[in-house]
Amino acid sequence: MEDDAPVIYGLEFQARALTSQTAESDAIRFLVGTQSLKFDNQIHIIDFDDENNIISKSVLLHQAGEIWHISASPADKAVLSTCYNKNATQLLSIFVATSESRVVTCGAVWRMPPEWESGSHESPDDPHNSHNPQNLELLCHLDNSAHGNASSVLWEPMGDGTRVISLADNHALLWDLTESSTQATISSSATLEGKGQLKFTSGKWGPHHNCTQLATANDTAIRGWDLRTMSQIYCIENAHGQLVRDLDFNPNKQYYLASCGDDCKVKFWDVRNINEPVKSLEEHSHWVWSVRYNHSHDQLVLTGSSDSRVILSNMVSISSEPFGHLVDDDDLSDGEDNHQYDKSKEPLQDSIISTYEEHEDSVYAVEWSSADPWLFASLSYDGRLVINRVPRALKYHILL
Amino acid sequence: MYGNFSVCFSARKRRVHGMLKLYYGLNEEGKTVDQAESMNPCDINGTHFDPEVYLNKLRRECSLGELMDQESCMVKQIRSLDSDMQTLVYENYNKFISATDTIRKMKNDFKKMEDEMDCLSTNMAAITEFSAHISGTLQDQHAQITKLSGVHTLLRKLQFLFELPARLNKCLELQAYSQAVSSHRRARCVLQQYSHMPSFRGIQDDCHAIMDKLAQELRQKFRDGGSSAKDLSECVELLLQLDEPAEELCDKFLIHAQSRLEANLRGLEAETDILEFIDRGCNEFVSSLCLVIASYQELFVNRPQEGNLASKNIPHMAIGKLHAFVDAMATCYFSLVERRIQEEKSVGDNSLLVRALDRFHRRLQAVAKLLPGSAVPSQGTEIVVRAARERIQQYLAALQSFYLDSLRDVRQALAAPRLGGSSAGGELLSSLSASILNQIKSVMASVQLFTAKDITFSNKPYFKGEFCSQGVRESLVVNFIKFVCQSSRQFCESVGDRGGSTPPALLLLLSRLCLDYETSTITYILTLTDEQFLVQHRSPVTAVAALCGEAREAAQKLLNHYVKVQGLIISQMLRKSVETRDWVNTIEPRNVRAVMKRVVEDTTSIDVQVSLLYEEGTRKAHSSDSSKRTFSVYSGSRQQTRYAPSYTPSAAMDTNFLSNIHKLFSERIDIFSPVEFNKVSVVTGIIKISLKTFLECVRLRTFGRYGLQQIQVDCNYLQMYLWRFVSDENLVHFLLDEIVGSTAHRCLDPAPMEQSVIEVICERG
Repeated sequence: MEDDAPVIYGLEFQARALTSQTAESDAIRFLVGTQSLKFDNQIHIIDFDDENNIISKSVLLHQAGEIWHISASPADKAVLSTCYNKNATQLLSIFVATSESRVVTCGAVWRMPPEWESGSHESPDDPHNSHNPQNLELLCHLDNSAHGNASSVLWEPMGDGTRVISLADNHALLWDLTESSTQATISSSATLEGKGQLKFTSGKWGPHHNCTQLATANDTAIRGWDLRTMSQIYCIENAHGQLVRDLDFNPNKQYYLASCGDDCKVKFWDVRNINEPVKSLEEHSHWVWSVRYNHSHDQLVLTGSSDSRVILSNMVSISSEPFGHLVDDDDLSDGEDNHQYDKSKEPLQDSIISTYEEHEDSVYAVEWSSADPWLFASLSYDGRLVINRVPRALKYHILL
Repeated sequence: MYGNFSVCFSARKRRVHGMLKLYYGLNEEGKTVDQAESMNPCDINGTHFDPEVYLNKLRRECSLGELMDQESCMVKQIRSLDSDMQTLVYENYNKFISATDTIRKMKNDFKKMEDEMDCLSTNMAAITEFSAHISGTLQDQHAQITKLSGVHTLLRKLQFLFELPARLNKCLELQAYSQAVSSHRRARCVLQQYSHMPSFRGIQDDCHAIMDKLAQELRQKFRDGGSSAKDLSECVELLLQLDEPAEELCDKFLIHAQSRLEANLRGLEAETDILEFIDRGCNEFVSSLCLVIASYQELFVNRPQEGNLASKNIPHMAIGKLHAFVDAMATCYFSLVERRIQEEKSVGDNSLLVRALDRFHRRLQAVAKLLPGSAVPSQGTEIVVRAARERIQQYLAALQSFYLDSLRDVRQALAAPRLGGSSAGGELLSSLSASILNQIKSVMASVQLFTAKDITFSNKPYFKGEFCSQGVRESLVVNFIKFVCQSSRQFCESVGDRGGSTPPALLLLLSRLCLDYETSTITYILTLTDEQFLVQHRSPVTAVAALCGEAREAAQKLLNHYVKVQGLIISQMLRKSVETRDWVNTIEPRNVRAVMKRVVEDTTSIDVQVSLLYEEGTRKAHSSDSSKRTFSVYSGSRQQTRYAPSYTPSAAMDTNFLSNIHKLFSERIDIFSPVEFNKVSVVTGIIKISLKTFLECVRLRTFGRYGLQQIQVDCNYLQMYLWRFVSDENLVHFLLDEIVGSTAHRCLDPAPMEQSVIEVICERG
């Protein structure tokens, strides 16, 4: 069976921020935040019709500034958070007024206007409908001026959308949101101590252990934090040769963590043994900016790199299903020991499934769809969003 | 008258003659011839003469005259015949008279003799009578004498028996054991037979006691062992004759020998020199062992078998025991030797070991000759083979450590302050490669000793075949080459992440080393090995091509890693410089930033470093005014058209429009891509990495007007200097364009600097 061709969508602005709409489990929907210093920034809501292979988009204005990071609430479809630089015009005014201006990155929680969904579903080629895009409704600022620039905002995985963590310079701040998310208060915080100017580059809230763990990256180190005590629980020094760019938890296998960085490598860790990675991939020819486990089939790992490539790997050997999908689940009384009984099945080989070369600029973000586990989007700096599917052959191999 | 008598006598005589002739059945010779003639009745002299016929014939045939003549002739003849006859008779008469006289005399003599004979006969009768009488009287005494004589013999035997204990004792005292044993043997049967009689029993018991004592003494002597082989053999012989169980003797003999051999072995333990050790082992242990074997065989195996001993099949049993014994002793010895050989770790001088092994092996051949079918020599060969294998392993380890030491030296040389400039790279490489090659050669020379013609074990199949191909070629040479490649690769893997622990120059040098290996050295070394060892590839061996492939892979990996490390060093500089600056609030650029100059300097030095080891490589022709190229940042051309109508009010697309077009038509640039084995490719790789980093860092920042202008200046400066290093200057243009473009896009107040001003600043430095 022929694989469907990738679907490409072009944004007018440069963009780095991409997320799937976490709370949405039916429609395939991605949110993209743009980066423009001169124009009003936007959040593109991209809907993908899988059956007809058609993209439809809505645009919401994000006038606060250029978006560096975006994430969607796991509880409320309409709620999302961004990290943004103050609007350029504001900056410029500051710049003109006082020669002492700083570029500040803030975090904020927003609500999409209720009409967006029913409203303007327009095709990207039709500029006339886009005259009047709607604004996002600000719910609250994650006011962290005291703590420096926010690099990312993380929602509690599978939570009720009331707890977020923002990473700001060398602080990790745990916020409690009110029911309506209109107010945020810092409930606790952790600070990275050390020599020099330490700064979190990225972080991930672990879905395991009752969501009490946070993993962060700063420079070449990966640290784990216990959110109950806000103290460090492990630290993988020199996890990568150079800067660590992104992290992701294996959604189905405790303790397993993927990281990627400027040494072109993707590494898989068992945080119980931090001395060396379980596995290391070196397929990209430049920095790897983003790594994502598939939510359902964690052997599928997606990476995006500034060599303009997206690579989909099949890391069966370290996945939660090292012997493939178990068809004979019913026969076995104890599912946990499946692999014990299943020795007859040859373990599958780790492999690169596919390399996607539709991008022409650095790919800074990749994301699986929250609705369809076989579908993913990647975003390159030049504003090109590409939606791809896992090859059918592999899909059936995993399923059957 | 006398005449008549004579004729008469003669006629008589003739008759007598005829009668005698008749009697004896003889015919007179001569007469038989003319028998036919004599049959003629007309022959007057013939016996069948018939006067009638003759007369008739005469009358018929002869005339009267003739008859007359005949008649007168006849008369004449008769007359002469008569006279003859008379003479004869006379003569005979005389003879007869004398014969009568003789007979008469004889008659008298016989008479006398008869009387004497009568007398004799009487005497004889008397003698016979006497003789019979004597016989009759002597009969009784004769029988008695015969009996007495028998008793005498018996008595002498008995005397021997009775004297036996004493005699044996005496023999014992005089140590004339063999005499004692032979005496005892003579008496033994008798004693055995008559043992039911108390007296004999006593003797027997005495003898037994004495013989036991003797046996004891013999055993003692045997046990003492100080005695000569001949004595020993005599001992054994006697003991065997004494019905001592042969098996026990064998055991005793061997136990005795064992203690001596073990003493020898103990003497070996504290030795220093392997050759001396083996020498002593050979001289003491192996010689003794041979001696033991020889004398043992003499004693038990090759002895002429006599009597009841033959039936016991001693040789078979003895040989079995000997084999077991020799094997056991040899095992002890071998374990000692092996331990000693294993201690021989120093790889300096192989000849000593080889000589020692040779001697060891040679001496064991003696055992083989003495004891055919023994496992000892083959075990010895095994040990030699193992030692050779071990040796190869040691040489490999030595080579490896030598290689690592050399690398350490090279590293130190690289780290040391450059006295003679940076030209050290090439020299270091050549000296490193030469010293490694020399080391390999010397090791091969050492190993070759194992296969020298004068070494006894060199013609063993192992040393002819497997040792050369599997041992030397595979285990030593190929493994070493593999080790070189592998250790080189390890430089890329284990410590490579930080890039700090391995100096980049070393990576470069190793890469060149591996490449040289690929192009020539491996082939050379393997050919040399094959020639020196006459390797016959019976078993599959690693192909030269495979090794070359490995070496090339290692070289490629090292070079890639070098590029990565160097690129990283420059990248880090650029990244820090971009990240740490506040680009919004920067001042108007007056100079090229120092870091850019540093980048150019570093690139230049890398270029020099690489050029020492790698060839120039090809580059695309470049325009004469490369350094003068202007950046079309925000120049009008970029704003001419809009790519697509958009709802956004302004030309958001424009900034990267051109670069998009460019990307559409140009090949994708792989930043960390494999490089070729030439200088240009290497430096290009490094520059690519650096500039790409620059680009990514710029994209993460926000710039003010002067920030942009500073980047413009910096990029122009880089452009001026970097184009010469790369294979395709367009690449540099493209990346720098991209940097400036991105900067412009990230700029709050994009007001580019005039190209002329930029050039002035850049030229000012």
